[in-house]
Amino acid sequence: MAAPGFEPGRQSELLVKLNRLIERCLRNSKCIDTESLCIVAGEKVWQIRLDLHLLNHDGNITDAAGMAGIAALCHFRRPEVSVQGDEVTVYTPEERDPVPLSIHHMPVCVSFAFFQQGTYLLVDPSEREESVMDGVLVIAMNKHQEICTIQSSGGIMLVKDQVLRCSKITAVKVAEITELIQKALENDQKVRKEGGKFGFAESIPNQKITAFKMESAAVDTNNVEEQAEEIITKADPPSEVFAKPILHTPGTAQIGEGIENSWGDLEESEKEEAVEEEGESETPSLKCQKMEAEDTSTLTETEKDEPIVLSDSEEEEVVILEPQELPKKTRTQTNSKQESTSKKAFNKRRRKKRAAY
Amino acid sequence: PRSSPSPGETSVLAGLYGPAEVKSSKELADRAVLEVLLRPKVGLPGVLERSREQLLRRTCETVLLGVLHPRSAITLVLQVLSDNGSLLSCCLNAASMALLDAGLPLSSLFCGVTCALDPQGAIVLDPTAPQEQEARAVLTFAIDSVERKVVTVTTRGGCSMEEMQQCLAAAQRAADTIFQFYRDSVRKKYSK
Repeated sequence: MAAPGFEPGRQSELLVKLNRLIERCLRNSKCIDTESLCIVAGEKVWQIRLDLHLLNHDGNITDAAGMAGIAALCHFRRPEVSVQGDEVTVYTPEERDPVPLSIHHMPVCVSFAFFQQGTYLLVDPSEREESVMDGVLVIAMNKHQEICTIQSSGGIMLVKDQVLRCSKITAVKVAEITELIQKALENDQKVRKEGGKFGFAESIPNQKITAFKMESAAVDTNNVEEQAEEIITKADPPSEVFAKPILHTPGTAQIGEGIENSWGDLEESEKEEAVEEEGESETPSLKCQKMEAEDTSTLTETEKDEPIVLSDSEEEEVVILEPQELPKKTRTQTNSKQESTSKKAFNKRRRKKRAAY
Repeated sequence: PRSSPSPGETSVLAGLYGPAEVKSSKELADRAVLEVLLRPKVGLPGVLERSREQLLRRTCETVLLGVLHPRSAITLVLQVLSDNGSLLSCCLNAASMALLDAGLPLSSLFCGVTCALDPQGAIVLDPTAPQEQEARAVLTFAIDSVERKVVTVTTRGGCSMEEMQQCLAAAQRAADTIFQFYRDSVRKKYSK
């Protein structure tokens, strides 16, 4: 979401670069004690996953991501675990306070943008500066002045003095930034202990022009019940619900029939052909009864809401698809022909229903 | 027994880009294409995010006058910063404010309100996460600003018709407060 040019899904080159850099900075520098994450040697271990969400891109996302990453790792608390022999108990945050990760040191990234073959140097470039720079040098250092990661990209040829100068500047910046992070962590700790509010929403300064907060407001819901009653009594009664599912085979169900097939008349079973020859003018109810009379298998009276189970036995009558030149039928008649195993048509739902087997 | 820290609030950050260039595979000849992306706080977006994205998209398309920007794309990105219940209505509010702030042509605004019905039948507006867990039903309404009509409803759990109407009426009341908040925010932004 950081910039209009960043499309979701695709892992762009920039993203891969950033990812690798942060990984090297945080993982390969061994700033976290990974051995302490082990629960049972050779069997159980904690896995730490760091998700970085980039909110806005105005240059130097590398430094921002690095700072956010290390701050998150310092802030994180994992559930406490106790191991007794073979048994491992994981305590919930309510049972026992979660424990922080053991951090050896805090690497912080600082970026330098170079212009005109290394003549000009800018620390922490903005987006405009980044788009015209020749190359960038990223140094990750901790407050003990140890370089954790150093990366130069963009094809600029840097002289040794320049690199040393950059690392001196980095040392100064890193001291400032580490202190900033520490202070923020302490502040958060204090607020949590005192029971105040914390989180991203609280960290937004109140007086900024783009921020507006509202305390939770009470809503008057006194007349709600009367209003609701009124609405219900005025409303039309709900239309009749046709909720009788048909189960064709175990695992599938059908509710309703769908729209009339507009491909023309298709299925004609032998039985139905016989009925059809008797005349098209028959009313649907008559037809229904005629078919019932012809059925030799036992019919079960189904309850209104019981699902009709169609057996998948092979003795069921087979429907043969035959293209036929037939005059246009009315809707209900077509439907009754199509359904060889179920006699439901929309008009018939109010009448008694039987299933044919 | 240890005391658990008081949970934070639900917050969602919305970013809107557009109307902008659209890939010809995605473009619509007569209206703008709205794409909604919802990013969870932890992990990759999954099926739940996708279904919420579609819900938000349909709600936004109801109010957005897309026909004024044919063959263009509007992208709305929502990032969940913290979740302490009522997340969907928070996303709806964020989306509405993003549309408003971007100056896109809209037929009305909308706001999101969540109602939870606890086992005793009492209505709780904008429930916190523990309240949502214990509730027998949770209903989320998107209410429009012109006539307080319902734009979208989504529910989890069962409730009677009377209860639903009551929740809706309560949500419409709450909508007044939220729209006032929109007005105040915009006024503050442009007054200085």
